[in-house]
Amino acid sequence: MAGYVPHTDEDFARMLSELGLGGADELFRSVPAALRLAGGLDLPLGLGEPDVSSQMSRLAGANRAPAELVCFAGGGAYDHDIPAVVRALGGRSEFVTSYTPYQPEVAQGVLQVLFEYQTLVSRLAGLPVANASVYDGATATVEAVNLAVACTGRPAVWLSAGLNPRWREVLATLSAGRGIELVDVPLSGGTTDWEAARGAPPAALVGASPNYLGCIDPPRRATPVAQAAGALVVNAFDPVSAGLLRTPGEQGADVAVAEGQPLGTPLAFGGPYLGMFAVAGAHVRRLPGRLVGRTVDSEGRTAYVTTLRAREQDIRRERASSNICTNQTLVAVAAMVQMAWLGTAGLRELALRCARGTRYLREAVLSVPGVEPLVDAPVVREFAVELPISPELAVERMAEEGFLAGLPVSVGGREGLLIAVTEKRVRAELDAYASALEKVVA
Amino acid sequence: MKPGGRAASAPLMGRESEPAIFEFSVPGRRSASFRATGLPDWQAGELVPAEDLREQPPVLVEVSERDLVAHLTRLSHRQYSVDLGAYPLGSCTMKYNPKVCDEAAALPGLTGVHPATPAPFAQGWLGLLWALGDALCKVTGMSAVTLQPPAGAAGELTGLLLMRAWHRSHGRSPGKVLIPDSAHGTNPASVSLAGYTTVSIPSDERGLVKPSNLSRHLDDDVAGIMLTNPNTLGLFEEDIAELASMVHEAGGLLYYDGANLNAILGVTRPGDMGFDIVHLNLHKTFAVPHGGGGPGAGPVAVGPELADLLPGPLPTQNADGTFGWANPARSIGRAHGWHGNALALARAWAYILANGSDGLRRVAEAAVLNANWLLAQLRGTYAIPYDRPAMHEVVVSTKGAPGTSDEMHALDVGKRLLEKGFHAPTVYFPLIVPEALMIEPTETESPETVAALAEAFLAIAHEGPEPALHAPRSTPVGRVDEARAARSLVATWDASTESEN
Repeated sequence: MAGYVPHTDEDFARMLSELGLGGADELFRSVPAALRLAGGLDLPLGLGEPDVSSQMSRLAGANRAPAELVCFAGGGAYDHDIPAVVRALGGRSEFVTSYTPYQPEVAQGVLQVLFEYQTLVSRLAGLPVANASVYDGATATVEAVNLAVACTGRPAVWLSAGLNPRWREVLATLSAGRGIELVDVPLSGGTTDWEAARGAPPAALVGASPNYLGCIDPPRRATPVAQAAGALVVNAFDPVSAGLLRTPGEQGADVAVAEGQPLGTPLAFGGPYLGMFAVAGAHVRRLPGRLVGRTVDSEGRTAYVTTLRAREQDIRRERASSNICTNQTLVAVAAMVQMAWLGTAGLRELALRCARGTRYLREAVLSVPGVEPLVDAPVVREFAVELPISPELAVERMAEEGFLAGLPVSVGGREGLLIAVTEKRVRAELDAYASALEKVVA
Repeated sequence: MKPGGRAASAPLMGRESEPAIFEFSVPGRRSASFRATGLPDWQAGELVPAEDLREQPPVLVEVSERDLVAHLTRLSHRQYSVDLGAYPLGSCTMKYNPKVCDEAAALPGLTGVHPATPAPFAQGWLGLLWALGDALCKVTGMSAVTLQPPAGAAGELTGLLLMRAWHRSHGRSPGKVLIPDSAHGTNPASVSLAGYTTVSIPSDERGLVKPSNLSRHLDDDVAGIMLTNPNTLGLFEEDIAELASMVHEAGGLLYYDGANLNAILGVTRPGDMGFDIVHLNLHKTFAVPHGGGGPGAGPVAVGPELADLLPGPLPTQNADGTFGWANPARSIGRAHGWHGNALALARAWAYILANGSDGLRRVAEAAVLNANWLLAQLRGTYAIPYDRPAMHEVVVSTKGAPGTSDEMHALDVGKRLLEKGFHAPTVYFPLIVPEALMIEPTETESPETVAALAEAFLAIAHEGPEPALHAPRSTPVGRVDEARAARSLVATWDASTESEN
């Protein structure tokens, strides 16, 4: 057995004897005998480290190697390049093996990185305050809806049909206990038809830009409808496309959320990812999760500390604005490093490169006989097409050609394939993808 | 005597303030580089409609990679961590995180897989998730598990929504959930989010839930009870079997908060105690590193009656040994945008492989041994409000402590401990103990380190309040002005406010 318990048998014997106990079993004397597990856990014995590594490598090897399944899937998880510096710094054990900075005197490292992360997210969102992260884009959306419901006292929200459908499902699951009514607002030509929404004034209009079909669906179109209804505008943005698109904040969003995975986090089968969350000044005291503020120490030196703590569950308990405790700090550290590495010009270039690849592949794919656009609105990093075969079948056949072709999507009863292109995809891959698609749909 | 793991870390930590990254920014300086793609270099105006295009990108920062590395490295030196020294933060189980698990979670065959990859091409991931789920069921004595919740609090909400769905499937809609007054704050917060009302059950003179206290609160409107066992006082709820049958008889369910599961690995199981719903904190019990405040993972395991309500899809094993996905028949729906914090799940699986049934039992034994041994050293100096056989953590107090002044506060003890080269324990929790110090040494601290920790606690008590009041002085910063942070909120860096500080 490997083992991370340092105690020798002699240590055990000595310490037990100093406690006046006859054996390790007596440590558990407060556990009623009837509840004790006879025979131990039904698991194999522990393995030595090389055997653990072998087993983990075997599992990793049982997945189709990423190089043999070139990724064109997006849908909220994108295959971007991650610079070595993100792994090197995000892997530093001081960040990896600490916890929530309850003792700020010995946690200035994590606190300052989070302060810088908050600043960068706030700038991407065009809103004055961002929190220190929530779990992912889906939970950020749930928390934004909770904020809007608490702020307005209204029980319904209007959801764009362009919102990520899995995020919508998470919202439906997690809000079921409080009877929040989710009213779906349809797309028209790829963007949300907010004017079509009917019903009592909602707490918020929740949309995404780019939306799930890749279309630019700017929150400014929701703003006048929201203002007339006295509702908040919640907008899910993409932190990469933020290099090209106008911010949610300047278009009237009260809350901006994002899936932060594209900035420094590997695909990793879906997690851990990163929920970015920013608000207009009026909503700071309803922020979910941790917020780091700058202050001074007893000597007047700059210091950072988690602040407005009275919002949080460990203090406010059943009246807390959110139950979040452990969140995604280490992923936020990686995102901070990635944002700083990209820098102002690099973020623009990254967004441009994604948009160029997207345009190039979209044109190539649309030249394949039988392939049509699913929607027409402008796109920046992802696009949806209608195929002559079912999208599921296309994904299956394209896998045999060495491509993860995309995600099946449906809109208004029509089915399509959602295809994402990042800066990681080179022209030869895009050409090969289009040729393979021509073959599999023929 | 051999040296203990007194980190003596404070002098190692950076004392110099580190400027914000933005202060290193120089126009035109950059780190980023990109691959050659061979694509046309269409410009922004050709790609984005004018009304949606921002003319200038958001201003981030302009630094060299070298300066970025130096900045983060210096900041890391201003951060205490488990890898540096003991971190006896009660309730958080800050155990050593084995490096082999880090390495496993960095395998490109795991990190490079898109979550929408069809099952035939993700057999390694599905096999891993299936095996982990199976092991967690065996550890907890439950029937089925969802790995989706990304943290303990997310697990709580998911578990409470399962409780709600189970009641509804029986045509009931009770409105209350019972929680002992010693519970974590996440419990009542999750209860509210699930649409329930919290009813607080007072702990008895033993620090436990007494059957007669419980019976007063049991009625038709009770959906269930949330218990942490051992509880946040580090005490095993000795009447659990009776409490379970009382709640079940009243039509309610039992929810197990797995925050303290580390204490009972291989000793007893929530399922054997009568629990119906269990969340686990893989970042505590299964050594997923805490990451400065996440990511963790909060799987939820349930008994047979709730299995078909679980969030889906769930990994399943087919008759031919391959793996796929299946949705439970009456699923409450997704609790995560994909499949949960998968890399945290991979780390936990590596940890379970390394420890096995023998190692996990040893974990519980050493965790409980260390806590009890530490308590024995503190007895006579600190007050022990509930002096019973402890499990993996102990709660002591400075109030009425025989070996120190009444002027000594828990906060001051914690701050002084930082100067002594250790992380502070959890202070002022649980709420039912005034001046509480909640100490969890964990199983991975050697006897020498626990002795050094005990010695530090004793020395602080014996010195009295005077040195503690000004502590910590040897840390990167001294006591932080939290009131100022809240009063004049500065949550982002802005060049125009720099002169104020």
